[in-house]
This record gives sequence, C-alpha cells and structure tokens, in this order.
Amino acid sequence: MSYEVNGKTIEHDEEGYITNINEWELDLARAIAVDEGIDMTDEHWEVVNFLREYYSEYQIAPAVRVLVKAIKKKLGADKGSNKYLYELFPYGPAKQACKIAGLPKPTGCI
Amino acid sequence: MEDTETMFDTEGVTKNFMFLNRKAPYGTIYAQEVLELVLISAAFEQNAAIVFMDDGVYQIVKGHDPSVSGMKNFSPTYKVVEMEKEDAEEDEDIDMVWKIIVEKESMEARGLSTDDFIINVEVLGSQELSALMAEQDVVFGG
Amino acid sequence: MLHTINKSPFDRNSLASCLRTAPDGGAILFIEDGVYATAKGTTFSGDVEGALKNQKVFVLGPDLAARGIAEDKLIDGISVVDYSGFVDLVEEFGTVQSWL
Repeated sequence: MSYEVNGKTIEHDEEGYITNINEWELDLARAIAVDEGIDMTDEHWEVVNFLREYYSEYQIAPAVRVLVKAIKKKLGADKGSNKYLYELFPYGPAKQACKIAGLPKPTGCI
Repeated sequence: MEDTETMFDTEGVTKNFMFLNRKAPYGTIYAQEVLELVLISAAFEQNAAIVFMDDGVYQIVKGHDPSVSGMKNFSPTYKVVEMEKEDAEEDEDIDMVWKIIVEKESMEARGLSTDDFIINVEVLGSQELSALMAEQDVVFGG
Repeated sequence: MLHTINKSPFDRNSLASCLRTAPDGGAILFIEDGVYATAKGTTFSGDVEGALKNQKVFVLGPDLAARGIAEDKLIDGISVVDYSGFVDLVEEFGTVQSWL
C-alpha cells in the first residue's frame, strides 16, 4: 500500500500512516488530507507543524492534553480546547493530524 | 449496561502507581514498555513514582546514540516524563503527583551522579524507597 | 505487599534488590528459577534467612519439584504453597511486585 506523490512511491500501513517518517513532504501531507476529507487551512498547518516539531524533539506524539495546552499558548484560549481541535480534525486530532504529519499512529488511549 | 460504564469511570479515582525500572535500555524491551505505561498513566491523571534502580539507572544517562545499531533513540522521551511531572506541579487543575526517583545505592554502584542524567531526579536510599513502596496501590516492575 | 522472584539469584540481582527495598511485614514468593534461592547451604541462604525476620517467605511447590529440590533441603521457616496458595497470597497481600 502506498501513496504516489510527485512521481514518488511512499509506503503506508493499512490505516494510511506512512512507514518511514523521513519520506514526509508537504505534497504528501496535502494528499493524505484529501483522503481524510480535510481542507487544509493555516490553522490545520499550525497543528501539523507543532506535531512534527514535538515528535522530532521527543520521539513520540504528544498527548492530547499537551497538544491542547500548546495550541492555547500559541493561538489563544479560545482555540486551546478539545472542541477546537475536533473542529479541525473531526475524526480525532491525534489520529488524523498525526497521519497528515507523517507520524506513526499514536499508541495508548488518546 | 450500567455496570460496565461504572467500571471504566476513572473520574475522581486516583491511585498510587510505582513504575520500577530495573533494566538497561537497549538489551530488552522492558524499558520502552514501562515508559509507554508511564505516559499512559498520565492520561488518566494517576499518581506516579517513576523509579530507576539497578541497571534501570542506565535508561536516563546522557548521550545515548543507538542509531548506529539502527535502533530508535527513546532517550528524549524521558523529557516528556519530566514535563508531565512539572505540569502536574504547576497546573492546579491536575490532581496527580509525580516523582522521579533514582535509588542511591544503584547509582553509586555504577559510578554515576545526578549530573549524568538527562532529567532531574530525586535520589532516595533503599530505606526511603522501601517506605515509598509501602504507600503504593500498584507496582509495575520491568 | 507480595514480592515474587522468578530468576535464580546466581543469574540476576533481583533477590538482592528485593531484599534491599521490600517494606517489612510483607511476603516473598519464590517461583520458577527463583526457587534455587530457597535451598540450604547456598551463597544466598544467609540473605534469605535474614529476610525471614521481616517477611513471610514462600516457595511454589511445583517449581521446586520440577527442579528436583526436596522439601527437606529448604531453609527453615520457608513455607511451600501450591498454585491455589499462590492465589491466596495475592489476595491476602494485595499489591504485587514481580522482580523480573
């Protein structure tokens, strides 16, 4: 199973998470977002970029609580909520945003 | 099924969990598994004593680079444990209390000091650790 | 608190670490290769005898039998339990720590 982006073949698992995080690129993120039915706005990119930075520093995806807090800090209290994140990623910020960000499927119950 | 719902309702239930890390980081999967367990317990806002003793103290020494052997470096993830602890201390909405502990005897036997660790730890002698162990509801060894 | 030890004391430091930190008034149950620590006359017999002052000490009978350790070889004060005895100990002592 794979995505085809800019003439490249990028492998993914049965749920659509790419298998090699280093193969991630912007056009791939856009392609995954289309599959997920998400129209990427600046607000979506904020979350995706945060996830990528966090992962590169700590080697895991953040818990939802950590994500909410970080967004609150960056974008203000009105956006720092579970509700806001679910509006952006209706099938779950952890699941959908991580997939678009090229991160492995989050483990644990988040 | 009302009973099932009650079983999974952890609201307001806080227990004392001890995670006893006793294995060196890369030779076996124990260290990684316990680390994952610790982070999951944070999602349920449970009290946690994360203890490093025996070869477990090697999990948090500075300068790991397992990439040479093609392994993932999960050393930076311990920073998340430290952040969760600090978060719990600062945020009034979070009721859990976390402690990060190194057993003195294990540390000294390996010629290590707190400067060698990537995170801030509290050093306890085995007697003090023993007292803390007696306060636990659940102990996970690994 | 119940502590289980499943590795030979000659192979791992689990016994030493357990004895160093176990709170008084609990129980130690030796299972699998841990049962080698319960015989008289080993390098570790003294440590186990010392533990008997503060802890109840048990050993799992089937694991002893499998390894050919006769009950008369056991350090005095150690009680032999079967599988249901193991379950009773868990029930009695609540918190369990497995020294792997």
